[in-house]
Amino acid sequence: MNQKYIFGIAVALMVGVFAAATLVHDSEKSTRRDEVAEQNRSNLVRAHSPTLGEAEARVHIVEFLDPACETCRDFYPYVKQLMAAAPGRIRVSVRYAPFHDGSEQVVKLLAAAKLQGKFWETLEALFAAQPNWASHHNPQPDMVWNFINGIGLDIAKLKVDMADPAIDAIVRQDLADARTLNVTKTPEFFVNGRPMPSFGYEQLKQLVAEELNSQY
Amino acid sequence: MKAEPIASSQVGWTPLFGAWLVAASSLLGALFLGEVMELPPCVLCWWQRIAMFPLVLILPAGMFPLDCRVIRYVLPLTLAGWLVAVFHLLLVAGVIPERIQPCSRGVSCKEIQIEWFGFLTIPMLSLLAFTLIAGLLLFAQHRMSR
Repeated sequence: MNQKYIFGIAVALMVGVFAAATLVHDSEKSTRRDEVAEQNRSNLVRAHSPTLGEAEARVHIVEFLDPACETCRDFYPYVKQLMAAAPGRIRVSVRYAPFHDGSEQVVKLLAAAKLQGKFWETLEALFAAQPNWASHHNPQPDMVWNFINGIGLDIAKLKVDMADPAIDAIVRQDLADARTLNVTKTPEFFVNGRPMPSFGYEQLKQLVAEELNSQY
Repeated sequence: MKAEPIASSQVGWTPLFGAWLVAASSLLGALFLGEVMELPPCVLCWWQRIAMFPLVLILPAGMFPLDCRVIRYVLPLTLAGWLVAVFHLLLVAGVIPERIQPCSRGVSCKEIQIEWFGFLTIPMLSLLAFTLIAGLLLFAQHRMSR
């Protein structure tokens, strides 16, 4: 029937236009992200950023993360695997991106733990206990104290440091850099300054493999 | 059962198709803004989506075969969406004071995320779409009842 034809063609046209517009938009966005990252290389990592791995490693992953973010928790072992697969060639720096309400306190706790040289231990403990203190994107910063006992942190000093304006300045700086680099979601990765073309573990793996190839 | 006067009721199909085109464009437009451009929809936008999205499926159900009762089913949704769009526009324009706005969490409904040609905002597009759909539906009803 004629009307069914017209309707079918209209559906096909609209879906086609939508798909084409999506492809164009995504490719433009990806180009723009590359440009933004390129122009703001100095904002990528700061002296205060916790870093893991050999200093001479030529592949540098910068991760913007939120300790309350479930996907960040899922990615953590992946990043460790990537590092283990290329020993000595990859280092990782963490930037604070407390996008969840309430995770700013937890990020300050991490920054204060770094002063005691216990950043990674604390991060791992927080991730391990994340379902208990930050289920359903609803972080309860007061609960985290129960889960960081086994690390050997000086809790009294930690609390003093968390209130230090210097720690606050670190978090502000990281949030400002996240804004400059257009980081709106966590985790966000930059490998030697290059953002992922789209979000996903395979894309990160690919980006790291490309950089490993070009650097070694 | 009375035999429908096919010839005269078929003339209602075109305006119904027109209304569907507007609804389907609005659906894809809203999905593009929300999912592709990643602009977070505010609370009022969600209410308008709730009124708009079902039209895309209900209208064709009344177009194949043509059933003029579909107008009775989609017109209330259209009017509800139209009212929310008017409210939204008045809120953005500042006619309705901010303190009675229903959105306190997430994105502010007053925030103008897009302004095309200097005046075309998202709530304005929504009001335009609901007005067009309501007009086309009433036109179809007028044609079919003759």
